[in-house]
Amino acid sequence: MSQAMLRVEGVGKSFPGVRALDGVDFDLRPGEVHVLVGENGAGKSTLIKMLSGAHQPDEGSILVDGAPTRITSASEAQRLGIATIYQEFNLVPELSVAENLMLGRPPRRWGLVDRKRMRREAEELLDRVGLDLDPARRTSTLGIAQMQLVEIAKALALDARVLIMDEPTAVLTTGEVDRLFALVDRLRDRGVGIVFITHHLEEIPRIGDRVTVMRDGRVVGGAPATAPEEELITMMVGRSISQQYPREAAEAGEPLLQVEGLTRAGAFEDVSFEVRAGEVVGVAGLVGAGRTEVARALFGADRYDSGRVLVRGRPLPAGDVHAAMESGLGLVPEDRKSQGLVLDADIAENLGIVTLGHGARAGFVNRKGRRDAADRVAGQLGVKMSGLGQRVRTLSGGNQQKVVIGKWLLAESSVLILDEPTRGIDVGAKVEIYQLINALTESGHAILMISSDLPEILGMSDRVLVMSRGRLAGELPAAEATQDSVMTLAVSGMEEAHV
Amino acid sequence: MSEATLVGAAKRPSKITAWAAENGAVIGLIVLVAVLAVMSEDFLNPTNLLNVGVQAAVIAILALGATFVIVTAGIDLSVGSVAALSAIVLGVMSAEFGLPWPLALLMALATGIVCGLASAGLIAYGKLPPFIATLAMLGIARGLALVVSDGSPIAMPDAIASLGGNIGAYLPIPLLIMLGMGALAAVILSRTYSGRAMYAIGGNEEAARLSGIRVTRQKFVAYALSGGFAAVGGIVLASRLASAQPQAGTGYELDAIAAVVIGGASLSGGKGTAFGTLIGAFILAVLRNGLNLLSVSAFWQQVVIGVVIILAVLLDTLRRKASV
Repeated sequence: MSQAMLRVEGVGKSFPGVRALDGVDFDLRPGEVHVLVGENGAGKSTLIKMLSGAHQPDEGSILVDGAPTRITSASEAQRLGIATIYQEFNLVPELSVAENLMLGRPPRRWGLVDRKRMRREAEELLDRVGLDLDPARRTSTLGIAQMQLVEIAKALALDARVLIMDEPTAVLTTGEVDRLFALVDRLRDRGVGIVFITHHLEEIPRIGDRVTVMRDGRVVGGAPATAPEEELITMMVGRSISQQYPREAAEAGEPLLQVEGLTRAGAFEDVSFEVRAGEVVGVAGLVGAGRTEVARALFGADRYDSGRVLVRGRPLPAGDVHAAMESGLGLVPEDRKSQGLVLDADIAENLGIVTLGHGARAGFVNRKGRRDAADRVAGQLGVKMSGLGQRVRTLSGGNQQKVVIGKWLLAESSVLILDEPTRGIDVGAKVEIYQLINALTESGHAILMISSDLPEILGMSDRVLVMSRGRLAGELPAAEATQDSVMTLAVSGMEEAHV
Repeated sequence: MSEATLVGAAKRPSKITAWAAENGAVIGLIVLVAVLAVMSEDFLNPTNLLNVGVQAAVIAILALGATFVIVTAGIDLSVGSVAALSAIVLGVMSAEFGLPWPLALLMALATGIVCGLASAGLIAYGKLPPFIATLAMLGIARGLALVVSDGSPIAMPDAIASLGGNIGAYLPIPLLIMLGMGALAAVILSRTYSGRAMYAIGGNEEAARLSGIRVTRQKFVAYALSGGFAAVGGIVLASRLASAQPQAGTGYELDAIAAVVIGGASLSGGKGTAFGTLIGAFILAVLRNGLNLLSVSAFWQQVVIGVVIILAVLLDTLRRKASV
């Protein structure tokens, strides 16, 4: 076995409130495909960002060809021959494929771009990745798989020896995956070292040589690519659920929210479930499984093709947030800053945004009533603030989230959809939000909770729905839901889709 | 001021400093008036001051309308043209069709509102950027004003023309109309469902939508109000000239937007008040009047006004940075 071309030793990295990486060791040899797996938030992204120069380690070292190296910028990584293909492509859609391939360093002649040479070189590069298309084509007209190959060709143009691919198969169809794997095999034979991140465990024996499993910012184990899937899943999720989830199950009452056969082509298909009064129904699944899409569609924020949504047995019109709000539905969106709050408005204004029309007479808002109500709910939720006039931008993440939840409490919503309710929130505020969830179900509210935090799903849900590739892969009662059973369902459906 | 007091002020601002920080335009107007009072002895003459008020009135009314739209993070470039078209409709309806003036007045108002609704429709359903939709409306309304009037002025009925005069010896009616429209705009923006919804939409349209606010409907309200206010502005302008002129109000949209911005609104939305806009319009009018009294050439006046716009927005940006 040859010498490692890239080695990471004892690397640690902290962000405010989060230990993203802790004592991570990782290495890559020429001509191997090293697969990196782990749950969302396990630290894979932070690790590859470190290798591509976006982050610097707080401690530990990175060695390139045995020599300690500081990768301080993307151009430094490029100079070292390390290229990264992110899920979001770095292509300029309005430019031609050839221009993108040689972005920033087009071949020149007498100071002008040498179009002929650019075309010739682009054709060669496209040929190397097995892409047969006109280099003059506008990049925005390409399909996802083609754009991905253009990205790889761009990396080859820079003589990359290390290629890092972040979930490259997530967006591809079966045939496209086969072509990508054939290309990866050719690159491996040419001595390129490849770091391959995937959620699709069944791909590992096909494409990988070795696997490294990450969890909670640490490397928890390594295995040959032929290791059984069950072994990998156990490594990925094998942590105990602590007492930080104080779920007190309430008695389930009548169904408040019913979703029947909800379908939108390309996003989700035939999703049916119900949520009863007093229940917390968790929705687990990998990123991209369609959980947020279903939540937004049933709330009326996005359209759907077929199926129906009933609240208290009454059908809800599609695509009408206002009607959803009136019927008692509330959404705490995934990204509270861009979707949940008016950041430059004050707390009172944000808390009262849903209930603007309540108590209004002839179009005039009830100012005194709104202020009193905001004051009451802010007190009830324990929002730490200097006063109702404080701008929400200046609040901490946990307090901002309380304001988003508070606006629906003021509206007396009976069904709350919480999309990643504790993302980016410190531990103390998390527990407060869990206690709030308990109080809400105790008083007969129904909660649909989407979360990528598996312990949170297991700790707080009375039932767990698992989505995979836009479908409901299964439903587990709290007693039967374990990290293994949920993860197995979450990665299910991928075999059929891929092999 | 010593550093200690500065720190103290930052920690617990008194009501006065807090108010001053939120109303920079008022301070600007006071300073401007003080400087002009010293530099020109005619400036504080009551006749001159009332004259400034009358000069400010039309721009102020257009700017108040534009404030609704700007608060929603939109823009309305058509207010000057819509003002002219509405006045022409009033003239044609009463002079050529012999309609009684109150009815003609209502039709003029309706013209402004319809123009606003048309812009809003293009924005909401045609997905045109507000800049483009209202730029098109600027051309269309001006063109229609020329077509309907055949390019020549139309006399106003006496009842309308008298609106350009005074109550008693002194009180100019345009000034009263402006104050009335200012009060109306203030009430709509601060007290009504639509007004508050406009701030939410301008602050974060997606959050407003996901909170059940009917964003499209409220945008229609904002643009319709802008059109309606433009019509009133056009009628006031025509009453002062005693005739509706198809070329009246050309370029007023830019003065109106300048007044809104000087008054503290942000073109990125969510911010701005009727009071601030009135002050902004007054700053422009006082500046023009003062520069005239000081015999500054009309050419230089434009430069000065440009600099004032820059200063107003620059100071606002700096102040906001300091407060974060």
